Amino acid sequence: MAGTAQPNTLRSGPDADGHFGIFGGRYVAETLMPLILSVEKAYEQAKADPEFQHQIAYYHTHYIGRPSPLYFAERLTEHFGGAKLYFKRDELNHTGAHKINNVMGQALLAKRMGKTKIIAETGAGQHGVATATACALFGMECEVFMGAEDVERQKPNVDRMHLLGAKVHPVTSGSGTLKDAMNEALRYWVSKAETHFYIIGTVAGPHPYPAMVRDFQAIIGQEVKHQMMAAEGRLPDTLVACIGGGSNAMGLFHPFLDDADVELIGVEAGGLGLDSGKHAASLNGGRPGVLHGNRTYLLQDDDGQITEAHSISAGLDYPGIGPEHSWLHDIKRVKYVAANDEDALRAFALCTRQEGIIPALEPSHALAHVGTFIGDRPKDQIVVMNLCGRGDKDLGAVMPKLKAMGLMS
Amino acid sequence: MTTGVSRIDARFAALKGEGRGALGVFISAGDPDAETGLAILKGLPGAGADMIEFGMPFTDPMADGPAVQESSQRALKAGMTLPGVLDMVRTFRTDDRDTPMILMGYYNPIYSYGVERFIADALAAGVDGLIVVDLPPEEDRELCLPALSKGLGFIRLATPTTDDARLPAVLKNTAGFVYYVSITGITGTAAVPTDMVTKAVERLKRHTDLPVCVGFGITTPEQAAGIARCADGAIVGTAVVNTLKASLDADGKATATTVPATLDFVRSLAEGVRNARR
Repeated sequence: MAGTAQPNTLRSGPDADGHFGIFGGRYVAETLMPLILSVEKAYEQAKADPEFQHQIAYYHTHYIGRPSPLYFAERLTEHFGGAKLYFKRDELNHTGAHKINNVMGQALLAKRMGKTKIIAETGAGQHGVATATACALFGMECEVFMGAEDVERQKPNVDRMHLLGAKVHPVTSGSGTLKDAMNEALRYWVSKAETHFYIIGTVAGPHPYPAMVRDFQAIIGQEVKHQMMAAEGRLPDTLVACIGGGSNAMGLFHPFLDDADVELIGVEAGGLGLDSGKHAASLNGGRPGVLHGNRTYLLQDDDGQITEAHSISAGLDYPGIGPEHSWLHDIKRVKYVAANDEDALRAFALCTRQEGIIPALEPSHALAHVGTFIGDRPKDQIVVMNLCGRGDKDLGAVMPKLKAMGLMS
Repeated sequence: MTTGVSRIDARFAALKGEGRGALGVFISAGDPDAETGLAILKGLPGAGADMIEFGMPFTDPMADGPAVQESSQRALKAGMTLPGVLDMVRTFRTDDRDTPMILMGYYNPIYSYGVERFIADALAAGVDGLIVVDLPPEEDRELCLPALSKGLGFIRLATPTTDDARLPAVLKNTAGFVYYVSITGITGTAAVPTDMVTKAVERLKRHTDLPVCVGFGITTPEQAAGIARCADGAIVGTAVVNTLKASLDADGKATATTVPATLDFVRSLAEGVRNARR
């Protein structure tokens, strides 16, 4: 992908060194390099092995419950009065979010590599729960690093992980959120390199993780393609997904990158507003830098120190973003916007009442953005939004806010 | 004037003449504050540090243990920045022309500052080499090659997981010395026995003519002496930082004992290393 010439496909990245344009790469300590290289080699072999693909397909069908439905959200479509809105129902997956798609792939890879101990970081706890679930299923030891603040605000998921037999390490360094959990997981991995496999939960980190996680999540977009052809006989006009690290969005977008007529929109967490400085919108409020093994857009100060992200959604509360998104942003293939905390809460309430679906706070950001434009689009247009997680885990955080906003009595 | 990587080479050549290994001392720049940090820095050569690893504070030091993380946080909280680090080096160089000064840290603050500008300003300030933890050989085009082309040393970490197949790649664009990380872990973890270190150093020496310094896990003058006997140098970081921390008040602020306590500890390490002539 060197030079300025536009490649004839946008789906061939990364290059051999893990770069998407200037983004991505392998910015890790030497202690981690041999590990990263062994994961890369094992993944390349697995990817080409029909038996590995067959295993993944088996668990998709019989364990996760794929394909997830593509659902026409008729009442919300009426409510907005514009284009047709479809939800990709990845919240109906086993464990309640898209995270399990990736975890199954990596857990099977770990098994192939003969590793029986698993490390993971988690923000909202969805990735931690998914990892603990796969570890229980495969009889693997599981250790999850979670920011101390997130342990507080996502208690149901902490309980789930414990039930599933995982050990949860609360991380108090830094701000005690996802970024610090990832630092700590990487530190731990360095010291346990021989025996442990690190299952990263999003399309970030050193190569090959961004590409590997994307590949495991691409099932979302592949299914949407088939399902939409079956339902409407054509591709959708617009795809919308929320973005923290960006794995659900990457999984939805990637199969459509070369379909130039399909508009792609990623929705970052605007927190208290982009001007407030308290947000998690790396693309809209950050600049390129290097953290957690990859070059990507980061929230940082003038000295290159990483600043704290803010979002009501623990799953989006991360000062970086997957490197492929940074590249898609720079080449303008995907449009990246932001929705703030209050907009997400309103969308959360709306979806619940209109469709009888309690969405997670993360996709509530995507729905908040959908609400800003879909009413103005012609009725024969089609918008697909990834409903990537369910909201049960968020009730503790959401209920008092909805009451304060007068959205619930 | 001898600057950059040649200052490192000159120091190791001189120590070879003395028949002993080097003592490298790590401190975080501006820990616990700029003024106290500068007093410690200026005192290090007199206390017997042969080489200084000067930490550039970063919010997310992924390869460091709690002690160095905290020292980095203290420095940042007290307002340290990358330009501030370079200022300290510049001031240090007005009194000391011979002690190699190695900046150690993570890439993002350098990337943010601008690579070309950083290399020029670092050399002008009197920096001799760089250890950038999150730049492995795979990313040499970023900073390593431009730095080497301007005469700034680039010191690479080698670890027990760096096998013989990978070592040539790790050593290829290394200048100054090789920093052998004696354990596969973060800074501040327990030391490994010297016979294992001896074997590891011998393995590295089969691949390179550069001096080999060993760090991670050295806490006492005896251990420093043991390492200096089997390698070209011992690097002590966490133990120095812990000594500094122990001298701080309850709010993490410097006290009257901070500078002398830190330098006394370095002096004891130096005595160990100096008594370990081969």
